[in-house]
Amino acid sequence: MDDQNTDVIQGTLDMLILKTLSLEPMHGFGIARRVEQISRGVFKVNPGSLLTALQRLERAGSVDSEWRDTDNARRAKFYTLTRAGKKQLETETMQWNRRVGAIARLLKAEA
Amino acid sequence: MSIRRHLTRGLRVLLNRPAADRDIADEVRHYLEQATDEHMARGLSYDDARRAARLECGNATVVAEQVREYGWENALGTLVADLRQALRRLRANRGFTVVAVLTVALGVGASTTIFSAVNPILFELLPYPNARRVVAVWDRMADGNRLAVTFGTYRELIERSRSFEAIAVMRGWEPTISGGAEPERLIGQQVSAGYFHVLGVSPAVGQDFDPSDDRPGGPNVVIISDGLWQRRFGGDRRTVGQPITLGNAPYVLAGVMPRGFENVLEPAAEVWSLLQYDKSLPTQGREWGHHLRMIGLLRPGVAHIVAGRDLDDIAHHPLKEFPRVPWSRLGQGLTVTSLQDDVTREIKPALLAVIGAVVLLLGIACVNVTNLLLARGAQRQGEFAMRAALGAKRSRLIRQLLTESLLLAILGGVFGLFLAELGIRALVALSPAGLPRADAICLDVAVFAFAFGITTLIGLLVGLIPALQASQGNLQPGLEQSSRHTVGRHRKTRSTLVAIEVAFALVLLLGSGLLFRSLQHLLAVPLGFNPSHLLAIQVKVSGPRYASDSNTHQFYAETLEVLRGLPGVTAAAFSSQLPLGGDEGRYGVLFESNKQAPNPGVLDERRIEAHRYTVSPAYSETMGISLRHGRTLNSHDVADALPVAMISESLAHAAFPTEDAIGRRLRIGPSDSPWFTIVGVVADVKQSSLALSEPNGVYLIDKQLRFLVDRTRWIVLRSQSDLEGLAPAVKTAIWSLDKDQPIIRIEMMDALVAASVSERRFVLVLFEVFALVALALAAIGIYGVLSGSVTERMREIGVRSALGASRANILRLILRQGMTLTGCGIALGLAAAFIASQALVSLLFGISRLDPLTYLVVIALLVVVSTIACGVPAWRAARIDPSVTLKR
Repeated sequence: MDDQNTDVIQGTLDMLILKTLSLEPMHGFGIARRVEQISRGVFKVNPGSLLTALQRLERAGSVDSEWRDTDNARRAKFYTLTRAGKKQLETETMQWNRRVGAIARLLKAEA
Repeated sequence: MSIRRHLTRGLRVLLNRPAADRDIADEVRHYLEQATDEHMARGLSYDDARRAARLECGNATVVAEQVREYGWENALGTLVADLRQALRRLRANRGFTVVAVLTVALGVGASTTIFSAVNPILFELLPYPNARRVVAVWDRMADGNRLAVTFGTYRELIERSRSFEAIAVMRGWEPTISGGAEPERLIGQQVSAGYFHVLGVSPAVGQDFDPSDDRPGGPNVVIISDGLWQRRFGGDRRTVGQPITLGNAPYVLAGVMPRGFENVLEPAAEVWSLLQYDKSLPTQGREWGHHLRMIGLLRPGVAHIVAGRDLDDIAHHPLKEFPRVPWSRLGQGLTVTSLQDDVTREIKPALLAVIGAVVLLLGIACVNVTNLLLARGAQRQGEFAMRAALGAKRSRLIRQLLTESLLLAILGGVFGLFLAELGIRALVALSPAGLPRADAICLDVAVFAFAFGITTLIGLLVGLIPALQASQGNLQPGLEQSSRHTVGRHRKTRSTLVAIEVAFALVLLLGSGLLFRSLQHLLAVPLGFNPSHLLAIQVKVSGPRYASDSNTHQFYAETLEVLRGLPGVTAAAFSSQLPLGGDEGRYGVLFESNKQAPNPGVLDERRIEAHRYTVSPAYSETMGISLRHGRTLNSHDVADALPVAMISESLAHAAFPTEDAIGRRLRIGPSDSPWFTIVGVVADVKQSSLALSEPNGVYLIDKQLRFLVDRTRWIVLRSQSDLEGLAPAVKTAIWSLDKDQPIIRIEMMDALVAASVSERRFVLVLFEVFALVALALAAIGIYGVLSGSVTERMREIGVRSALGASRANILRLILRQGMTLTGCGIALGLAAAFIASQALVSLLFGISRLDPLTYLVVIALLVVVSTIACGVPAWRAARIDPSVTLKR
């Protein structure tokens, strides 16, 4: 499984974070695990990049943060998607789909 | 929204860094704990789980560092750190800092001063709302030169031209204001009613001119400047609409211009009245005299060139409805230039030359500081290598060095602004009278912005080469601090820079040398008269009493009598115009054809233009104009005697190339005026400037010239006593004859001669100052490079002398190195001067821009100065004791 791990594709980390947060508010580790699980271990999230990305998103107004207790009674910083974040996710998803569609068509044509 | 968040979050971090750091550390720790928990849930022991989590997530400190680095506040933090270190560096190395800061200050100060003077003249728009659309219009002479327009042309253009929203014409006016305080002569303009409309400025108080008043016999209305209103009327609103007396005639004060109104066409003007010319254009009237300046406001969207074509088209296609007189046929077309270009035309070449000089000086200052930084960079090679070895990126090192140079530049810039403040004051004090918009020269926002910009530019420029050099290359030799290669490379760059510096200095020195020699030539030009101990007084008579010609003649005759009686006065005379007095009275002179020709009285084909001097007898003796031929005008040449004339040598030669002029006749003015018999030929006189050669002159006796009686005349007095002390006595004497007659000017001829070269002197002084500073900086540059080189070559020189090189040998070695630098610089500078001197041509007089003597002297000066600059390090090198240096 480790051999197939790849770093998250450049420029998509923000979108993945936003998507994950659109399900429910989460702390950093939770986001990382969720991304890895849903991608079935294809993407590996580096904590440094993840936390920096969260700082960036927070400053951009896409997410809000708050220290809260977790299920196992630890204090953790939880991130919530804001309305601006939702909008950003929508546009990024749309752009991504358009790109993926275009690449798929190109690859098909090559084949 | 997000900008606000960026700002607030960033500020929060800045204000409480520890809290922010704790926050991040907590989050990272929590992340690790969660990962550990997860591994334990899979059944690992705590220790193993912890290790696995670490493996997965990486070093917590590194992660925290990575997160911490995000945000603008961190760049600020780095900057502060850089600044702090740069300050420490500068403080640790005081000598270097002082020299560098002073050099930058000189560059910034000089360039800012010059910019403050040049900006309002050349770059800023004129202070009118539609400045871009205001143009000046000139008639053209056969030789392509500009000629003042006639009122007839103005009337025709108003009717026919489609390019203009409004056109106005104007002429100078010097009325005397009387009533209330003592009479005062004012400078003003007579304008057509649309004048202020063209400029786009209306009176702040009262009314603009009413076009229906602009006719012969129309009401006398006047608009005055705010300055005059405050000075004479105390700024009292009730005075507007009230009568005032100008030139003994009643006027109504119609309006007052706004306080900041700048009248660029005549900056000293304080009163404006209407021209009131006759629109029916009588052929013999002033309506057809070439004496008006014309300005126009273009319609929006009409380019200057289009307007020019429109006017040329009108000029070349006369219509029957608009008859023209023979001397105003517009055969050469009309010239349209922006008003800005029009008012700066004369001064532009001088200003461009000064800009060139200051750019050179700035260049030298930059090169010098760059060299200092390079030399220091070489010493700090070890430090940079160490920092690079510890993981500093190249970009980080460059940033650090640029911060240092910027800090230097800013310190220099601050001092430079102080220098500029002083410089601007000196500049305004020095500025020649002809400098347009001199009142607008000050430290304003634009000047500050310029100083800031130039400072930043200097900081980046001088820092870039040293930063790139210092941060590049191999770490290893740098750490060892003994790389011959690196040292050699530095030396080459620095030598090149010094050669450039010498070249710039050479160009500046040559410029000031050429200007200096021009001024010398100019002052050595024969004036044609003797200016020392000569006092000139311009008097104007006005009022009903002097409407009579005989009263006018009598007043001036009596004035001469009274003045001759003053103690110390040896001679007195008057003239309608004074050499270098700023007057322009030129007439076409017709010469009678050969006496022996079959039909005497037939006119020569040629009409020769000459200055008209209407004088009293003994004028040429008083002025010291030497007689070449025949006799001078004397007291026997009375009103009803034979009309006689003296002409200048050049005019005599032009009119009668092969024959004697004495006894021939000439005519001036209308065709019914009498013939004047030439009785004398005198030396040529410089009339409008020392540089111009316009030597034709005609001298006539005032009472014999009937068609024109001058109300304004210059009285010249030759005196053995002190001229300054004589002036009050002269005033009292004239006022004793008629207390209402204003004395317009009192000038010492010596001072007039000096003033006539003031513009050149102004440019010369600036060039000299810049050139001296440049020479000093270049000398410092040479000295710096050589002495650095001697330090680096200490060991080599030690070896040489140990192997038997004599002191003289070593001295020669170092001197040769220095002189090679100078030689390269001089060669480079000569090439540059060859091109650059073209910009000076219009300012030179009597010498070529490649004047060999100037070049030789300047080169010799540079060689001497650089020898001295080389001498000190060379002397030091020659005294190196091998037994000391080799042991090191």
